[in-house]
Amino acid sequence: MRHYTSALYRRRRFVNRCAMVLCLLAAFFGLAWLVLILGTLMVKGVSALSLDVFFERTRMRDGGLGNAILGSLILTSAATAIGTLVGVAAGTWLAEYGGKSRLARAVRFINDVLLSAPSIIIGLFVYAVLVLPMGHFSGWAGIAALTVIIVPVVIRSTEDMLNLVPTELREAASALGAHRWWVVSRVCYSGARAGIVTGILLGGARISGETAPLLFTSLNSNQWNFFDMQGEMPNLPMTLYQNMTINSFIPDLVNLAWTGAMILTLGILILNIVARFVSRQSH
Amino acid sequence: MNDTTLQNFQTQQDSSTASEGAVRGPYSEAPTPDKGQPVTRNESVEENLSVRVRDLSLWYGEHQALDDISIDIFANTVTALIGPSGCGKSTFLRCLNRMNDLISSVSIKGLVEMDGRDVNARGMDEVALRRRVGMVFQKPNPFPKSIYENVAYAPRMHDMVSRKADQDELVERALRDAGLWNEVKDKLYEPGTSLSGGQQQRLCIARAIAVRPDVILMDEPTSALDPISTATIEDLMDKLKQDFTIVTVTHNMQQAARVADYTAFFHLGEMIEYNATKQMFANPHTKKAEDYITGRYG
Repeated sequence: MRHYTSALYRRRRFVNRCAMVLCLLAAFFGLAWLVLILGTLMVKGVSALSLDVFFERTRMRDGGLGNAILGSLILTSAATAIGTLVGVAAGTWLAEYGGKSRLARAVRFINDVLLSAPSIIIGLFVYAVLVLPMGHFSGWAGIAALTVIIVPVVIRSTEDMLNLVPTELREAASALGAHRWWVVSRVCYSGARAGIVTGILLGGARISGETAPLLFTSLNSNQWNFFDMQGEMPNLPMTLYQNMTINSFIPDLVNLAWTGAMILTLGILILNIVARFVSRQSH
Repeated sequence: MNDTTLQNFQTQQDSSTASEGAVRGPYSEAPTPDKGQPVTRNESVEENLSVRVRDLSLWYGEHQALDDISIDIFANTVTALIGPSGCGKSTFLRCLNRMNDLISSVSIKGLVEMDGRDVNARGMDEVALRRRVGMVFQKPNPFPKSIYENVAYAPRMHDMVSRKADQDELVERALRDAGLWNEVKDKLYEPGTSLSGGQQQRLCIARAIAVRPDVILMDEPTSALDPISTATIEDLMDKLKQDFTIVTVTHNMQQAARVADYTAFFHLGEMIEYNATKQMFANPHTKKAEDYITGRYG
């Protein structure tokens, strides 16, 4: 029994316990901010919540956020749709066909750079190549900027998820006489589907809160915009920003901004929960 | 013992006269004539050539993994490939259904003929080839689908069945042939991965034989299994050779001795000896094979 009580083991137990406590504290520290943010949004956001928020457009007096919510939905879902097509295709090429070729390595590197590019730079880029030539801000430009942000996210998650599909399964299908594309589309996608969908949902959540790239592209508007993509597209993040800064002398608008922030956060939270649910269902 | 040793393979014989059958010609021109090892065949069994390999070499990039392999594999026999790790036996097996195509750095020289057709020929579709040559892997790798779907997978992919009833029949036949039917007939729609390791491997065999291939390649099919499952698979191999030609890689020499009609011994990318199994284990012709079989290395 001497071994169990020796100084060495006592010291190890002590270090072990200290590390555990530090880890727990770090976890609580992180969680506390999340709880604080959600709590603040709830407390400040609920007061102005009403049906009018969803069905009235933004106005200086007695307005809602309806046009901004609709605009954000249009921008986000269009960018996510395009980003899914491009991103899944590119990710599939990288994982299944590109391999370690020079081109694939270059694409992967550029993708990583794009993944970490500041979103305001992407906004400026779209401003230069789309908004200036067209001569006006537009929904298309907003969608383009958000697409540039979501594509690398989808590429990365698609490639990672396809790489997780065991080689044995690919070999099993090949050995049965499956063509390359059959292996990719029937075997690899069915194995990686949950992960790819999760990546897309998280990408959608990420772009739904982007403000900086919209500043130069779709701008904002206080009018309803029902799918007029040539015109300025109202959106939630920009509306929050305006209400909280230049319009901050109007208490109603500030309260409305809090409600908008709550709606946006809950939307993202729901997307995250759906993503969780999807990824768990596959196991 | 009807074993006959064919000594005349130094003669460059025309394979057309050889295939007549009166003289056991096709085998006499090969294997590895320059190395001059006798090949004994079991004359009591009517045997046909299934796979003919001549001067096959393979490189992974700069590294040569196979060096001038020549071998005849006979229909409806079990041929075992034995040898120490890294000797090229799995690589050789994968040449037979061109699985090495999936690796980009591989280059191949030499001839692999299946039923008289060059499998590496320009016109040969590797998919059509793999339809004729099934494969069972070291680790059981059923698809994450139901037992039924696993077996129906390849027949459906190759449009072999149109009616559900035909498909049901085909699935049942494959599972029966793989000796798995009685164990799974009441849970065909449960996931294939829910079975035990040995059952999963038999499911993989059922999946491979569902398309009625000519040849089944097995890459150490029992190395991940317990002794009882291993015995079941070995019995199965013995039964399956009535309908199929089986080529199996094994680390286990006793297994080769138990199940194989012919055994090829590989060492460092070369085929050192190819012989009837009985002959190989009782009286190997080469020192290297003898040393390996008697456990002096490996």
